[in-house]
Amino acid sequence: MKLIFERSVAGRSCALLPECDVPQAALPQELARTQSLDLPELSEIDLSRHYTELCKQVHGVNDGFYPLGSCTMKYNPAVNEETCSLPGFTGIHPLQPVHTAQGCMEVLHTAEDLLCQVTGMDVMTFQPAAGAHGEYTGVLLIKAYHQSRGDTARNQIIVPDSAHGTNPATAAMAGFKVVNVPSGADGCVDLEALRKAVGPNTAGLMLTNPNTVGIFDKNILEITDIIHKAGGLNYYDGANLNAIMGTVRPGDMGFDVIHLNLHKTFATPHGGGGPGAGGVGCKEILKPFLPQNHVIKTENGFTFENAPQSIGSMKAFYGNFGVVVRALTYLLNLGMAGLREASQMAVLNANYMRVKLAPHCKIATDGICMHEFVMSLKDLLKETGVSAKDVAKAMLDYGMHPPTMYFPLIVEEALMIEPTETESKETLDEACNAIIEILAQAKQDPERVKATPHSTPIGRPDEVTAARNPRLRYQ
Amino acid sequence: MNYPKELLYSASHEWVQKLDDTTAKIGLTDFAQHSLGDLVFVNLPEVGDDVACEETFCDVESVKAVSDVYCPVTGKVAAVNEELLDAPQKINEDPYGAWLAEISDISAFGELMDAAAYEAFCAKEEG
Amino acid sequence: MGSYVPSTAGQRAEMLQAVGINTIEDLYAAVPQEMRIDAQPAQAGMSELEVADTLGRMAGKNRVFSSIFRGAGAYNHYIPSIVRRITSKEEFVTAYTPYQAEISQGILQSIFEYQSMICALTGMDVSNASVYDGATAAAEAAAMCRDRKRSRILISAAAHPMVRQTIQTYAWGANAEVAEIPVKDGRTDLEALKGMLQNTDAGVYLQQPNYFGVIEDAAAIAQAAHDAGAKLILGINPMAAALLQTPKEVGADIAVGEGQPLGMPLSFGGPYLGFMATSGALERKLPGRIVGETTDDRGNRCYVLTLQAREQHIRREKASSNICSNQALCAMTAAVYLAAMGPEGMKQAASQCYSKAHYLADALSRIPGFALTNSSPFFHEFVMTTPIDADLLLSKLEEAGILGGLPVEGGILWCATERNSKADIDQLIETVKEAVGA
Repeated sequence: MKLIFERSVAGRSCALLPECDVPQAALPQELARTQSLDLPELSEIDLSRHYTELCKQVHGVNDGFYPLGSCTMKYNPAVNEETCSLPGFTGIHPLQPVHTAQGCMEVLHTAEDLLCQVTGMDVMTFQPAAGAHGEYTGVLLIKAYHQSRGDTARNQIIVPDSAHGTNPATAAMAGFKVVNVPSGADGCVDLEALRKAVGPNTAGLMLTNPNTVGIFDKNILEITDIIHKAGGLNYYDGANLNAIMGTVRPGDMGFDVIHLNLHKTFATPHGGGGPGAGGVGCKEILKPFLPQNHVIKTENGFTFENAPQSIGSMKAFYGNFGVVVRALTYLLNLGMAGLREASQMAVLNANYMRVKLAPHCKIATDGICMHEFVMSLKDLLKETGVSAKDVAKAMLDYGMHPPTMYFPLIVEEALMIEPTETESKETLDEACNAIIEILAQAKQDPERVKATPHSTPIGRPDEVTAARNPRLRYQ
Repeated sequence: MNYPKELLYSASHEWVQKLDDTTAKIGLTDFAQHSLGDLVFVNLPEVGDDVACEETFCDVESVKAVSDVYCPVTGKVAAVNEELLDAPQKINEDPYGAWLAEISDISAFGELMDAAAYEAFCAKEEG
Repeated sequence: MGSYVPSTAGQRAEMLQAVGINTIEDLYAAVPQEMRIDAQPAQAGMSELEVADTLGRMAGKNRVFSSIFRGAGAYNHYIPSIVRRITSKEEFVTAYTPYQAEISQGILQSIFEYQSMICALTGMDVSNASVYDGATAAAEAAAMCRDRKRSRILISAAAHPMVRQTIQTYAWGANAEVAEIPVKDGRTDLEALKGMLQNTDAGVYLQQPNYFGVIEDAAAIAQAAHDAGAKLILGINPMAAALLQTPKEVGADIAVGEGQPLGMPLSFGGPYLGFMATSGALERKLPGRIVGETTDDRGNRCYVLTLQAREQHIRREKASSNICSNQALCAMTAAVYLAAMGPEGMKQAASQCYSKAHYLADALSRIPGFALTNSSPFFHEFVMTTPIDADLLLSKLEEAGILGGLPVEGGILWCATERNSKADIDQLIETVKEAVGA
């Protein structure tokens, strides 16, 4: 497929702007660029066809099943796209006087109120732009809390080895030393190891529950208590919140601070990698440290407040506002009752797939899972030479997006499946049948599975050459 | 798998070529490159760095993994093989020619095996 | 009320039976009773019609100004219709990060094209696939400059306050120092910078044009930074970049900026776009996703996420940044915008911004009490004194449906773009005259 630059014809353009209607002022020559501006030159039809062709080579949630574990690829409701595009939102300058932006502030305030109810937190900021940005904000709140108490020896964050890579990366970025603690085979925290790991240097723990293997850690109160007794705070990674809404709240599990992925749990689209939004909620004790520009309600309407010991700005302005509009639309649309139903059905769908697949491959854990589960294809690899990656690639030929591969790290040859609540039983049945067929074929004709995919626009890419000799732009 | 007789080997799969009593070249073994797969980048130490036995002193990247390389001796980095920055595949192609670093002022060597012992060790690891 | 669960009651019963449980609550047996919410929550949802109306009412409480003379980090530019048409295609909107290259070529190629266009705009060698916004791009760039011997970042006090704060927050996280370079006559004080630079400084952050709209002598600042062994991070406005000396030409090591002017609506501050580009030497220190070209097993040219071993999901606590999700759809928006405008369209828009701001400044300065606060050259923003209280003046403008400039120390920061017609500017001038009694 041609690059946009290869479609460029010198002299072509889209006629977009009028002639300048004021006297032309000239930029002093010594300040002007001399490097040529090598942008493509296209007419509108070239541009339209180029991107239409590109979009045919993309698989979105709207194209088919997308059971990408830990990413919660649920359907993105159409109404959300309408509300966030209202000119009354898109046309508002972030530095307008607050009395002219009360609707925007009401959006932020209402979303905060509802999400605090869902999570059991006291207060929330929407400044973080994504999940990892939310983690960073949350861990900085923990840092500020200890510093404000003069408790400067607390320089360690405990992270289980089953955690998502962002957790240790975040803790390190916030200046902490990462202490890894082992998990059991079910991904649950090893209590003895945790007790040994805590001490006067413990600043906090980062955890997701349900964990990355899809199990609700039933010792959660004991875990958070161990950290609290050691003087640390508990951070909840909201990646897996879609399992538990309406049934249990992180705030009631002993967590002090949490980030949400509005682009997972609250149905806002991923946009091919972003923008997301990473609302961070916390308990009252961390409120004095919140990032700047927190919306509060007063007698005279909504206004911004800066926390007294604020960690500062995590980015400019107030976060990915347009994403918050979508999430609020979803929250109001479903209501608390609908959120509970969504979580329950996400868990039921996962368990339904789990029991259908269990006779055909090893599942990393026994018994009921939460909203996702992990298949381990270690035995298959040993027997047939077909890897988890090969099975994933074979799924492409069935028109579905593969599960998350090789995560969590504690499970060998892992494929992590998260169907979400918005898939029907028919879709789940089709997907299970496809996976069962692939597993059977792997045993009969492993080479055929290793040669997949066949029906995709391209075959397997040479990633080694891409990394050894990076070609990162058109030249 | 190749295990040159003139080299010494660590349990973390580095080879050591003694140049004299206090100088040695360090690299990754054939066994190591084989299990790491196609390497795409090498993060070398800096000349002048103090390195210590069994501590990480550089890392190598494959497409989907990064692996620490442990220093089998205590000393100072005297030279690094900058050729690897542009051609990390040399480690895959010629693991015993593609040295990572030359260490001088060596004050201690870690526990090292001769070729026969290392070969047996690898056979066991492969299980 | 609203629900996106397709399974019928009958299907749910079948699935429960298949799993071997009686009620859906049985799925949560592992959740200790003491923390469980058992009651069905009272708050029902709304129908789509009701929720659309509710959000419509909230949007209606905002005031949409048709005439905007305020910038300060968010700019009112014309967005070609094709931009929104293309970027709202459902395939692009609903896809995840393109991990599976075989079914993600559309996203991957669009990012590769975006990276190429950012390189063209900045003159730099390599771009990443985007970060959250201009402020976090600056903070990430600061982290790129640090090494074992150099850690402090010097930030121009003429940079956007929120960018300065964000660099500061990230630096505090990294236990690194920052210091502020003072401003003189609206510009970053070069002599003061030279006096401040130490051999432990990692980088200098300069904004071009700066927060006050002034065009800095970026080449001289770059030289001073380099003389001290530090790097220069140049935060640029991508619209101004179509005309101004490129970051490459002035000797910047890293170019970053807020990409919002490239086709993103104001939208109360986000989602916007952080772009980052650098020289080949710093390529591997770039944070976040990067797309590269390669071939597939059938010999076709194709695109993949590459240099992934830099990133958090592989390097974990040794990664230099934790970023995963970025602003991919905003990056695509910028690419479509740049392609729709083309080189001539970009220069035309930038030139109109420049001309209209100068026309506005000229007209304002003819009113007694209005004067530029410094004599330095500016692009499409400038600070002017005001003879009456700034808030009073601005509220008079507001009554006339105009969003005036932003009050800052010393006066008002005005902005004009290609969206401000001569008629709008003349109307503004008349309203200002009336307000100040001139």
